[in-house]
Amino acid sequence: MEPNLNTNQPKVNLSQKEKIKLEREMRHQIITFVVMIFFTVLAFISVASDLIPASFAVPFILILAAVQVILQLYYFMHLKDKDHEWPNAFMLSGIVIIIPMVAALMLLLGVVKF
Amino acid sequence: MGHAAHNTGTLPPNPEKATLEGRNKFLAFWFFLGGETVLFASLFGTYLGLRNGTAGGPTAADIFHLPLVFIMTMILLTSSLTSVFAMLAMKKGNFKQMLVWMWVTVALGVTFLGLEIYEFIDYTNQGLTFTSSAFGSAFYTLVGFHGAHVAFGIGWIITLLIRYRKGGLTLTNAPKFYLASLYWHFIDVVWVFIFTVVYLMGIGG
Repeated sequence: MEPNLNTNQPKVNLSQKEKIKLEREMRHQIITFVVMIFFTVLAFISVASDLIPASFAVPFILILAAVQVILQLYYFMHLKDKDHEWPNAFMLSGIVIIIPMVAALMLLLGVVKF
Repeated sequence: MGHAAHNTGTLPPNPEKATLEGRNKFLAFWFFLGGETVLFASLFGTYLGLRNGTAGGPTAADIFHLPLVFIMTMILLTSSLTSVFAMLAMKKGNFKQMLVWMWVTVALGVTFLGLEIYEFIDYTNQGLTFTSSAFGSAFYTLVGFHGAHVAFGIGWIITLLIRYRKGGLTLTNAPKFYLASLYWHFIDVVWVFIFTVVYLMGIGG
């Protein structure tokens, strides 16, 4: 074994199992990224092309956005991993608050025009 | 905290959460992100309420550059992936590689911000300003707030990169880089909705 010349670079103690886990995580992240790119292109095409009516395109792109955000939160930001119970609770609390909030703002500002 | 690990020159797996301080930061940061969700949702709700109030000025369909915004989306999405790579490098203990990926993330973030500034200047020249209509106010507030988050994220990551350019991974700096990467992902989460709700629905719905 070559001596560790740079003492400023500590090694992380990884077992073989953890190394395999990291490799698998890497693959999952790349798949997630490809899916997100694909969804972005799909959303872009469904609006840019004249063939698709707005009545279909708008709900469709909103669903694509929701799926992308879930992928981002659960895979890129690791909400799916263990030890993320409280982060999940915080984000879910936020989502529970924002649904009536966005609906109320849309109605009060957009329809009632206060 | 963690001095024993420092002395032997090795770190435990998941160094970002190996200390109590790291775990506390992690928890508090997610609490902050929950609050940020509410902040951005209030701006989205306001935008959705006011987006038809164009006061005779340009509408969304008149001025938005869809191809430019598409490129910006791709850039931000890619920067999210590079910060994922940075965190994977960190978990493997490869600090140098982590720094490189973080610099790539910063470079993509700066490109994104530059395009956004160009976009805003162009819209202003076409008559959409902060005070020209309710649509203008809501648009610049929402997208500008996101842009400010990008600018803050760039400043944050550059500060960390300069501060820790020498030396290696420690139990002190691992949580800092981890939180900066979480923040960067969150910026991308918000942008996915801006791309969909503001730009795509502005053009197509």
